[in-house]
Amino acid sequence: MSSRDQILGRVRRALADVRDGEEKDAHDTAVPRDYLREHGDRTTEQTVDLLAENLADYRALVHRCAGEELPELLMRLLAARGARTVLVPPGLPPAWLAAADATRVHDRAASTPRELDEVHSVVTGCAVAVAETGTIVLDGGPDQGRRRITLVPDHHICVVRVPDQVVSSVPQALERLDPARPLTWISGPSATSDIELDRVEGVHGPRTLEVVLVSGV
Amino acid sequence: MPAFPTAAREAVGNKTLRANLRHATHTIRDKRARAVAELDDWDQLREAGKRIKDETLRHLDRHLIQLEESVTAAGGTVHWAADADEANRIVTALVKATGETEVVKVKSMATQEIGLNEALEAEGIHAYETDLAELIVQLGKDRPSHILVPAIHRNRGEIREIFAREMSEWGRPAPDGLTDTPAELAEAARLHLREKFLRAKVGVSGANFMVAETGTMVVVESEGNGRMCLTLPETLISVVGIEKIVPTWRDLEVFLQTLPRSSTAERMNPYTSMWTGPSQEDGPSTFHLVLLDNGRTDTLADEVGRQALRCIRCSACLNVCPVYERAGGHAYGSVYPGPIGAILSPQLRGTQSEIDASLPYASSLCGACYEVCPVAIDIPEVLVHLRERVVQGGEVTRHGTRVTLRPAKGHAAERAAMRAAGWAFGRPGALRAGQRLASGTRRFHPRTLPGPGRAWSATRDLPKVPAEPFRDWWRRTNGGRAEKGDKK
Repeated sequence: MSSRDQILGRVRRALADVRDGEEKDAHDTAVPRDYLREHGDRTTEQTVDLLAENLADYRALVHRCAGEELPELLMRLLAARGARTVLVPPGLPPAWLAAADATRVHDRAASTPRELDEVHSVVTGCAVAVAETGTIVLDGGPDQGRRRITLVPDHHICVVRVPDQVVSSVPQALERLDPARPLTWISGPSATSDIELDRVEGVHGPRTLEVVLVSGV
Repeated sequence: MPAFPTAAREAVGNKTLRANLRHATHTIRDKRARAVAELDDWDQLREAGKRIKDETLRHLDRHLIQLEESVTAAGGTVHWAADADEANRIVTALVKATGETEVVKVKSMATQEIGLNEALEAEGIHAYETDLAELIVQLGKDRPSHILVPAIHRNRGEIREIFAREMSEWGRPAPDGLTDTPAELAEAARLHLREKFLRAKVGVSGANFMVAETGTMVVVESEGNGRMCLTLPETLISVVGIEKIVPTWRDLEVFLQTLPRSSTAERMNPYTSMWTGPSQEDGPSTFHLVLLDNGRTDTLADEVGRQALRCIRCSACLNVCPVYERAGGHAYGSVYPGPIGAILSPQLRGTQSEIDASLPYASSLCGACYEVCPVAIDIPEVLVHLRERVVQGGEVTRHGTRVTLRPAKGHAAERAAMRAAGWAFGRPGALRAGQRLASGTRRFHPRTLPGPGRAWSATRDLPKVPAEPFRDWWRRTNGGRAEKGDKK
């Protein structure tokens, strides 16, 4: 007997007390979903403010600008970090980095993690941002690129289109996401609390996370 | 492994350990309470989480088959492992097939439970733990003592010493002049591990959740070591307990709210990775899922005890437990310490060994663990149930077969004492005579009991016998009225 059959057989014997009658769609009816779809009543504007507040609370650096100011802001943010090279996802709108001096680096399938390690910064868009938790979610879309480009460099700038890409809560975010895509949820920069529970930012992921909330794009 | 009382006695005598533990557990429990208070619907989320897990367990066979189908459809390969040895053999063979002799690991309770690192080492494969706390434990040749913060028992000075001494053995040495500030220690770990991440070809992980409907794996973490292990290698092997299933994508909305707040007391943990099968374009091109039983189906067979399988490994119960706070995680003799460990380990492993028979007693039954549990596991109920099983024996399932347990040996004295008490309480004359004898000889009473009673008195102060039995006092003073002087 294969281990698969063995384990499934054990499960069925273990559940001899469970009646067969409740088989169909029991899950849908048996789980109460009376928890909240979002916490609190907010205007769209207040939801964006809450996102900014919660991102900052977890040590992300938050900036806000209008669409036409974005190239200039990104140029300044990269310059302030002394970034000479910047990773660019294939579908990032070219206008965003039009003013930046840093050399664009493209992520090719053949490039090794070690090559990515040499790059200073990365600029991406996002799929959705969650206000209540201060989270941005990347789904590998054209303006976000492969997971590794937001992981290996030490400085990540993420552009969130407000208010379109902002939702209030985790349940609302899951509804918008496609589970078939590789998803990365990011809440603040990499952090550890493993030493006496003192929070230290920056272990293996980017030590600096900057989030630009851009309106009118 | 010695029984819990023996192991705990040593830990309780270690002042540094107690101070480290007290600081850590109190810090995190206070933060958790604040994070939970932020959500008005915590009780509803807790109930939904409990029901989702219960419904999953009640139809686990169906969900496992659906999960297998969806992972396979997404391009992954599913393996089934009935026990630890089989899981280790599967993983070892998969690593060997890649031709690699190194793997990077994300912290995983399941792989600790089966002793995967040791099994790989025996086959000449080095497994590097990449979670900072796990690294501290691995370099210190130590054992983890907490589910979430495995090095909770170490303070910064001890960690600095371990890094300075051991890092060079495993790769990049610690920087010269390393101090004990957490930031410098984290930086040393970053440099040490980065060279391993960048060259790794095989990653090994667990998973916090597996979605049956979509075949999605979910790993919740903070440092980015998880993202490194899940993204950079060519081959990814995930070893996951069969109870980690949630049926639908939507179910994640409950646990992504309750898990971070219960475990690290954050609104959301810094990184959560979700992947559905491998991808040629983004991340590992080969994905293997090893579904692990290793005692879980035996636990499922126990109608009272099966609720332990609802556990999402948040560790909130450890941080509120007065016994854990004083005894520390090592005393539980398992990768699952604290209250949840006290009910999970004896069910996964059976109650035959001394340590497993003692674990249901490693509790004061105060109920704080039940209060904080985000999936409402009634830990005290299961503890009492397991105590009964240890003392009385009875029908249980081991390795899929019904067996009858005999009462555990160590509890003969307890049973004898209870029988004697029953006899005495049924005979008032004998009880009175016994009490008078006890009072009359109280100057000569020992501080500890002789014979089998020693185990009991070793962990407790013996109650002082009063100078006069209560019933004699009542008769002499007319229920206290004569003493107060208000004779009526």
